Amino acid sequence: MKQIVNVALPKGRLGEKVYDMFEKAGYSCPSIKENTRKLIFENEETGVRFFWVKPSDVAIYVERGAADIGVAGKDILLEYEPDVYEMLDLDLGKCRMAVAAHKDFRDDTDKTLRVATKFVNIAKTFYGEKCRDIDIIKLNGSIELAPILGLSDVIVDIVETGKTLIENNLEPIETIVPISARLISNKASLKFKNEEINNIKNALALQVEEKKSKDDK
Amino acid sequence: MNFQSDIIRGDEKAVFSLRSLYSSFGFKQFRMSKFEEYDLYVKNKDFLVSNEVITFTDGSGKLLALKPDVTLSIIKNSKDCGEKIQKVYYDENVYRTTKGNKEFREIMQTGLECIGNIGTYEVAEVVLLALKSLEEITDDFILDISYMDIILSVLSDAGLDSQQNQKILKAIGEKNTDEIKKICAEEKIDADRIVSLVTINGKYENVIEKLEKLCVTYNEKAHLKTFKEILTFLCDSGYADKINIDFSIVNNMNYYNGVVFQGYVNKIPSSILSGGQYDNLMLKMNRKDKAIGFAVYLDLLQRFNNTDKEYDVDYVLLKNDTDDIFVISKCVSELKKENSSVLVQNEIPENIKYRKAFKITAERVEEI
Repeated sequence: MKQIVNVALPKGRLGEKVYDMFEKAGYSCPSIKENTRKLIFENEETGVRFFWVKPSDVAIYVERGAADIGVAGKDILLEYEPDVYEMLDLDLGKCRMAVAAHKDFRDDTDKTLRVATKFVNIAKTFYGEKCRDIDIIKLNGSIELAPILGLSDVIVDIVETGKTLIENNLEPIETIVPISARLISNKASLKFKNEEINNIKNALALQVEEKKSKDDK
Repeated sequence: MNFQSDIIRGDEKAVFSLRSLYSSFGFKQFRMSKFEEYDLYVKNKDFLVSNEVITFTDGSGKLLALKPDVTLSIIKNSKDCGEKIQKVYYDENVYRTTKGNKEFREIMQTGLECIGNIGTYEVAEVVLLALKSLEEITDDFILDISYMDIILSVLSDAGLDSQQNQKILKAIGEKNTDEIKKICAEEKIDADRIVSLVTINGKYENVIEKLEKLCVTYNEKAHLKTFKEILTFLCDSGYADKINIDFSIVNNMNYYNGVVFQGYVNKIPSSILSGGQYDNLMLKMNRKDKAIGFAVYLDLLQRFNNTDKEYDVDYVLLKNDTDDIFVISKCVSELKKENSSVLVQNEIPENIKYRKAFKITAERVEEI
């Protein structure tokens, strides 16, 4: 018997791109594109059930088994370290986690470095490896404001194009880690829906490879 | 003792059946205190699932901890007994935070440890008991099994430093082949052997050929021989369909060696059984003997196979303050005749589901 695979997709542009990959892989669910207030979309024929969730919640749905698989940014996986399998780098939503500071910032190593960020865990690990003493200031948005107003010396945040930084007289000074979207799977689901999940993974991996070889040309 | 079977929760049922399973193999129950000196955990911090421990000082100023783990206490309290083997089981509550969550939780855990001069038979018996434990819970289960020494041998072959080793082990645990390839590329080492080890996943008969090709050195071949012996024993015991060889199970390499395993039950999102051979931990605790054991996390079973009860209580019996207590008692006995549950109340309580309600009229029950 074919088992339904529950897929948590991140709301927003990235999620739509990911859905397109699923569709191309043969796991379509046309009703998802209709403008409805529905939250869950199912296609019994292909054996998938999609639902949209807040991007930072995807890992929680998957870790706790409400979704069998899902797509989450590497930033979320590094920050929350959910107990899941990281099956595939989808090569989508590419950006980087970086340290940024005011243009004329000079790192004064005899002082504690004040770091403003949404990603407390990532910042702690990064500076921990350097044995640097830091003071973490957890913010939930508009991180770029912190160094401008003197709230912090540097920020740790996602940098996509760097435009926002430049407009605010900031610049990235160090890359912590490249970020992209990853296909993740619940650990128990992979045991009990192994074939179904691996079929999806392989179909998506094929597209990633195709895209990569096209880019190389 | 007679009781209605529907009042026992899934986790409570499991405790009883697991106890009887372990004692049928001659394991003895080990009862321990809820507290332990904090010192024991500091020395072996990495062995614990979470680093957070609830501590407090006792009357004499000694720093104590509420047990976050059972294995360490059992090793501490067992003696090195030469050629002999000690077999114990426990069911205890432990206190710890879960991964990614800073809140403490009380976790009901049962399990067993086999300590002493253990050989392949003991290892195979413990894994067999792990399989039987899962079987007590449901028929729909899988035991993932791997062999730490083989993983460590393949990694040491690559010649990484300990920090890189930890990173690779983490990626192996996540089945993250992209990350493994990335780390190997950075270190300019060949990723093929590690990647093909991690992608080994399946039933014994389907993966053994691949595994034999992969194990090339003398050490690896010797480890594989033991691993095969154990797996054949388990398959012959009727569990061939339930065993999944998966080299992504990696427990801390400073403590574990040999067989490591994790049990999954369909409809429960995380592993409910976890264990392995931990001779290295024994060495760290200045012991020459070997050990293997596992734990079953029973708290996960609370929601498993629990059909919601239709009613909280069968009958509600409303009494008046003026009613004679013997009359009330007679009415209760009358309602209880069919083995039903009866709640005596002044008014019908809110938030309760009952089958029928009665009141007492002229010393008799009357349905409302």
